[in-house]
Amino acid sequence: MKGKRVLTGKYFMMGNTACAEGAIAAGCELAAGYPITPATEIVNRLAERLPQVGGAFVQLEDEISSIATIIGASWTGKKVMTATSGPGISLMLENLGFAVGVETPCVIVNVQRGAPTTGMPTAGAPGDMVQARRGSHGDYEIIAFAPASPQEMFDHTVQAFNLAEKYRTPVFILSDAFVGHMREEVIIPEAERIEAVYRKLPEPGADPTKIKGFLDEDVAPMPIFGRGWKAHVTSSCHDEYGQRDLSDVAALDRFVRRLCNKILKHKDDIIRVERDYEGAEVVLVSYGAVSRAAAMAVQMGRAEGIPVGQLRLITPWPFPGEEIERMARRAKRVIVLENNLGQMYPYIKAEAAAFADVSFMPPRRIGEIHDPEAILQRVREVWK
Amino acid sequence: MEMSALVHPLHKYRRPGVTATTNCPGCGNGIVLQAILRAIEALEMTLDDFVFVSGIGCSAWIPSPFFNADVLHTTHGRPIAFALGVKLGLPEKKVMVVSGDGDLAAIGGNHLIHNARRNVEMTVLCLNNSIYGMTGGQAAPTTPLGLKTATTPYGVVENSFDIAQLVKAAGASFVARWTTYQARQLTASIQKAIVHKGFSFIEVITQCPVQFGRKTGRGSAVEMLMDYKKRSISFQAAAQMAPEERIDRITVGELVDETKPEMIDELCKMIRRVAT
Repeated sequence: MKGKRVLTGKYFMMGNTACAEGAIAAGCELAAGYPITPATEIVNRLAERLPQVGGAFVQLEDEISSIATIIGASWTGKKVMTATSGPGISLMLENLGFAVGVETPCVIVNVQRGAPTTGMPTAGAPGDMVQARRGSHGDYEIIAFAPASPQEMFDHTVQAFNLAEKYRTPVFILSDAFVGHMREEVIIPEAERIEAVYRKLPEPGADPTKIKGFLDEDVAPMPIFGRGWKAHVTSSCHDEYGQRDLSDVAALDRFVRRLCNKILKHKDDIIRVERDYEGAEVVLVSYGAVSRAAAMAVQMGRAEGIPVGQLRLITPWPFPGEEIERMARRAKRVIVLENNLGQMYPYIKAEAAAFADVSFMPPRRIGEIHDPEAILQRVREVWK
Repeated sequence: MEMSALVHPLHKYRRPGVTATTNCPGCGNGIVLQAILRAIEALEMTLDDFVFVSGIGCSAWIPSPFFNADVLHTTHGRPIAFALGVKLGLPEKKVMVVSGDGDLAAIGGNHLIHNARRNVEMTVLCLNNSIYGMTGGQAAPTTPLGLKTATTPYGVVENSFDIAQLVKAAGASFVARWTTYQARQLTASIQKAIVHKGFSFIEVITQCPVQFGRKTGRGSAVEMLMDYKKRSISFQAAAQMAPEERIDRITVGELVDETKPEMIDELCKMIRRVAT
């Protein structure tokens, strides 16, 4: 195992372990974190594996320094990540905004556990879906994946690193305790079959005063430290050159809009969904662990002759509004399934309600995956 | 500058396009800014040998935007945590944090003590003006007991931090304290701190005539500097004095200068051991 970045092979692997292996396969060089259930297996694995490939994991005094440290390292050109759960994300939110504001590639894994405050650390519930999108202050856009299996913990982590590099932005893995602790078959492909994207840099020797290193909707080259580009990186409102401007609201408007547009303009490249609703009159919309129960309910419903289908949000953010509308125009009934009290539901309803009848279905108890039988029963009711 | 042949010798370090300072008249930032640049020049280094990291507050604006170098201007209290990441990524570069007492010892206190404990090689300059200047004169953890400030209109009811002693106790391997009156001694200590292999911390007692000066009634920058001169004694001299004699004194000098394991060094050794 020593020295190999990509552990090509077929494994029976825990989701959290697969996430760590995906990170290393994608080229992660530095990770920082703080122990927290149910995410700890990720940092445990990174602590063991990163030094084997010449990288490092550092355990820090809290989650605030974990994200600050990886942002600092990202500005030296390293591929970086941190992994935590809801309480850790709550502490990271200010510096999440910093990473967005100064356009820093990094991957943040949230193995969610639901509930406010300490809650029940071992229960799986995607309780932080909107927090990733709206938790830090001010207007911003974010990219997030919602894996549904250990295989996707690997695959999505690789893709998260690539999108982080491509768009110079933090990317979330919004997993939960179900998927993080799930053990299943994971296939790790050969190294040459794993795509690795690297951030665009300014030309070597470029005149530092001429480098437009920020606020390009098509992603500015990143003037990383130590190469003579004399980058001025400030969280304050700044222009394309990184120069601070704290008096002109036109500069503020450009700062906010361009950062958002950098993601929104490239939605087609970023958004991933799984569609299985051709000819369906009832469509189940879900993401993450719940989508597994939804898929089973679809299978059972079709066996009974009910025209039921599924739409799975692989990237809940940026929100796939056009995709929801497209689906709702074809469906008569839409059921949104989430293992929480309806976090994505208002967003989905806003896009779908003009075209179809939309309703929400939580599991019997928060922290449980929906029973496919119960979903099917609901499908039968709305289809009648 | 085209208009004059007379150019300040430190002008070459200024980021092109930066023509104005946001510091108030009489602020101590200028003295510390010069001390940093003179130390770098004396070591025959350039700004390209450094990455500067700062937080939020008046003193954080010394490297950002003035220094024509790689500069990371971060969130409030977190510059040392960001600096750790920079040093991990670029261990061959010098990393210098310039920030204030509120940033480093209040909101960011945890990162200060833990990176002192780790003895991570970086130079941290903490400009201690004993007040929140940028927000308009609120009490800091360094404000003396009894002082009336914007948020303590009836006087401070808390004890204040001795930051240099705090960082020493946390495990830093180089610790010094000077006031802006001792600009040359400060410059010499910054030189030592830059080349020191470990967490090097310098507390600079600095005048904020506009906020702190008004609150204490010791208004002008010159008065404050003369007051520093009068009250400063060396750590060695203080050690010989009775506690009551030390009241109201500012102890200055180099408090710690020792060799101990440094984190990045130990980390690199571990990686070499594991990866080969």
